[in-house]
Amino acid sequence: MTSTDSGFFGRLTWDAFPIAGLIQNPGANEIVANAAAAIVVVGVVAVVGLLSWFRLWGPLWRDWLTSVDHKKIGIMYIVFAIVMLARGVLEGVVMRAQQAAGPGDGFLEAEHFAELFSTHGTIMVFFVAVPFVFGVANYVVPLMIGARDVAFPVMNQIGLGLTVSAGMMLMVSLVVGEFSTGGWTAYPPFTGAAFNPGVGPDYWIWAIVVSGIGTTLTGINFAVTIYKLRAPGMKFTRLPMYCWTIICSSILIIFAMPPLGVAALLLAADRYLDFHFFTNDLGGNMMNYANLFWLFGHPEVYLLVLPAYGIYSEIFATFSAKRLYGYNSLVIATMSIAILSFTVWLHHFFTMGQSALINAVFGIATMLIAIPTGVKVYDWMATLWRGRIRFSVPMLYGLAFLMLFVIGGLSGVILANPTVDYQVHNTLFLVAHFHNVLLPGVLFGLLAAYNYWFPKAFGFRLNESWGRISVALWTVGFMLTFLPLYFVGLMGMPRRSFSWEDPSFHPYMIVAVIGALVILGALLSILVQLWVSIRDRDSTRVPVGDPWDGRTLEWSIPSPPPEYNFAIIPQVTDRDDFAAAKERGQAYPTPDAYEDIEMRRNTGIGFLLCVFSGVWMFALVWWIWWLAALMTLTMLLAVILWSFDTNTEEIIPAEEVRKDHEAWLALVHSAQAVDRDHETAPENQGLARPDMEAVT
Amino acid sequence: MDNSSEMHRRERRRYVIGYGGSLLLTLVVFGIAYLFGIEKRGVYLTIGLLGLAQLVVQLVYFLHIDRRRSSREDLDLILFSTLVLLIIIGGTVWILGNLAVRMHMHVM
Amino acid sequence: MKRAPSHSYPGINLGENHASADKATEVVTFGFWVFLMSDLVYFGLMFGVYITMIDAQAGGPGPHELFDLKSIFAQTMILLTSSLTVGLAMLALKYNLPRPRIVLWFGVTLVLGISFLVLEIRDFVNMAAQGGIPQRSGFLSAFYGLVPLHGLHVAAGCIWLIVLGIQLRMMGLTDLLMSRMVRLALFWHFLDLIWIGIITIVYFGGLAYG
Repeated sequence: MTSTDSGFFGRLTWDAFPIAGLIQNPGANEIVANAAAAIVVVGVVAVVGLLSWFRLWGPLWRDWLTSVDHKKIGIMYIVFAIVMLARGVLEGVVMRAQQAAGPGDGFLEAEHFAELFSTHGTIMVFFVAVPFVFGVANYVVPLMIGARDVAFPVMNQIGLGLTVSAGMMLMVSLVVGEFSTGGWTAYPPFTGAAFNPGVGPDYWIWAIVVSGIGTTLTGINFAVTIYKLRAPGMKFTRLPMYCWTIICSSILIIFAMPPLGVAALLLAADRYLDFHFFTNDLGGNMMNYANLFWLFGHPEVYLLVLPAYGIYSEIFATFSAKRLYGYNSLVIATMSIAILSFTVWLHHFFTMGQSALINAVFGIATMLIAIPTGVKVYDWMATLWRGRIRFSVPMLYGLAFLMLFVIGGLSGVILANPTVDYQVHNTLFLVAHFHNVLLPGVLFGLLAAYNYWFPKAFGFRLNESWGRISVALWTVGFMLTFLPLYFVGLMGMPRRSFSWEDPSFHPYMIVAVIGALVILGALLSILVQLWVSIRDRDSTRVPVGDPWDGRTLEWSIPSPPPEYNFAIIPQVTDRDDFAAAKERGQAYPTPDAYEDIEMRRNTGIGFLLCVFSGVWMFALVWWIWWLAALMTLTMLLAVILWSFDTNTEEIIPAEEVRKDHEAWLALVHSAQAVDRDHETAPENQGLARPDMEAVT
Repeated sequence: MDNSSEMHRRERRRYVIGYGGSLLLTLVVFGIAYLFGIEKRGVYLTIGLLGLAQLVVQLVYFLHIDRRRSSREDLDLILFSTLVLLIIIGGTVWILGNLAVRMHMHVM
Repeated sequence: MKRAPSHSYPGINLGENHASADKATEVVTFGFWVFLMSDLVYFGLMFGVYITMIDAQAGGPGPHELFDLKSIFAQTMILLTSSLTVGLAMLALKYNLPRPRIVLWFGVTLVLGISFLVLEIRDFVNMAAQGGIPQRSGFLSAFYGLVPLHGLHVAAGCIWLIVLGIQLRMMGLTDLLMSRMVRLALFWHFLDLIWIGIITIVYFGGLAYG
């Protein structure tokens, strides 16, 4: 079948559903595929059923799906990321089980294994790390800079919608058709039409293009928000470290997402329209793809890890009750990393065949990144030095990060040497390296953020014991799973192999699968922690809003914060403004007067674009041309019609603001302040007693 | 309103200067290509430099980018973008050009 | 030369006659600049791809057979003139000239934009008649990946102009519409800058090195 003679449903037939495979060819491979599809279907049915049973469709639509509140959008991003994380972790466990079932072929077919590592990588990078990072940023950044919302609230909603619809494509590919087998990098010509005519690479392409647009919108939004919406007095030298990392991360998005879009769209042109960008014939050059992809791919890892550095910076300062050490050097290091990240992309294809000079230049540029990163590690350690340290859950994640991340970073410096890279290129050594930086670096940071800011978002603390259990499980699970891969990598085991023969790999594979099960336990422990915390929420409420003796503006407002965040926009006089106000005894001032607050009215445009873009992608994947054309027009029309809506603002009257704020201030004045030894005890209502010993 | 119409005249002159400058540069570029032939050594370099000049003319006269006013965020943005573009386009041409030479590509 | 009056932000702006719209536009204009720079990277990469594929003609027709410099010259003139007219429309807006004048200059811009597209499409049709289709070679793929991308932007600009015209009729000259006009002007000037890159690198560069 060619793309032009396809019928009403394009190339979609009953064979596209995995159940057809189970009937024709029953076996372990098909059972795993059908189980995955069943989980998706049952999950969707369960969610729809529960929403209907509790009659929650109305509130869901009014309070969440149409909301332009950055706090709610942030929470939705994080929920989405955790759902996708669950799938990614499960896939990781299945892959480790497959390799542990060797020597030999294991229980999965090669194609299925290839789908697993392709979806695992795509999901973890684009639909876990990115939405989690920007979920946290959405929640925290406007609160930290004293703003009432982001610069473009509706664009924020659209960014979420596009990210979610792209992520849904990966879920749909479990049930209808199959996903790409080309890895998360999708190198042609393997993913080209000649070699891979199926729907798999098309699912990958459109998911990447649409989520890339969503992420770019978000990046623009946060760059402008931090640039333009800071509270009066908050000069750049008073900007919290976390916001610095988000602005650098946003800059990386703005300049590094386009290469990914170009790479994916040119691949689409090759596949759909018979262009010759990356084909083997007629002048195509697949190394152009590799070059474009890594022009994106390298800045991408820094846009993920920089916000985690920012999170750790806030957490080390708060839980050491000290000012962050070396603020200026941290800012300079962050910006240096952001710039340097544009100069190292070639180290992902040292083995392409270019001259030694080019390899040497990019190898040295790569090694240079270790310098600002080292500066950061020393700054964090110096922040801890002689601090009033509490080993709370976020701090424990931070300490695990400090120790494990250094190993990952150093293995990166080893890989930066082209001669070494020639030996370990495409082995599990590389897999060990990037998991070593992405788990302790990015994921631990995000989980620390989740534990740290959860009481701000929901008004009660997360369960401390289960938090500690999950730190231990993540740390142990990570070490058991990935440290052995360094060794088998050096022994020569290629990555992405569904089958292997060398018996000396076996013990390492066994340890790794045990580690994977521990990680699965870690994931479950997070869900248990959430459930236990919700159950026990009456004993952990922190309505006053400052459970950890925080240092930045987000802790100076109620938990959960009102829709408009700040009743009065604060006047900033210090880098750790709230900490300074507490030291001066001027925290929680009573304002002289209140003003009407203008907020953006809710809108459904983000949700509509989410649905339309989802149908659009599905139509393109399955060559249902009439539907794709219809959806293109619908989206265009939706945006144009939406631009005619001028009734976009609503007013919250000053009287209402005054009433709520005064009620909260009364609560502040009646609350019992707790010291740092009791911050995990029930009496912590979120009013901190400054620790004078540590301050001096 | 007098001041305003004076300002208006001055700003309009600015656009007209930008238009005239761009027009002249375009004519010169096409003229050179027509008279000397584009393949000649040095001709393409000249055309490239004139193209760069026209970019600057339009940035200054149409988009009002200059170094005079206090808040220069759009200039900073353009300069940073130019830096990134130079790195990624220059790097791309360097890497893939080198590959083409070493692989003896496009010789058919 | 006298100093220009201080604005809340530099570059194209609405000036003192529309102080409230001018202030409201600051953040969104800056955001639009950032978007343009991201878009610029898209174009920059396509330029990079084109440069690396200039030799990849695979025995198919090349720049010398396909490029029609007369038509390119005409397109350049049209686009350059439209950059002037959109600027004059912004001045008419900024200095409170009668509304027909604003509409006139935007209207001329729209006509020029459409003429540009007509000429460009005619070029593509002529190229295809000589076997210059994107499926023929890597070089032609790169050409068709870049030049129509610019054309698509111009088309988007034309649609934007039409929508603005309708909204101007329905809503009058509101702050919101003025803010959108500022962004449209930025967008239009930006497309002319990209076009300079296209004639220099795609057309002349193709002829010099292809």
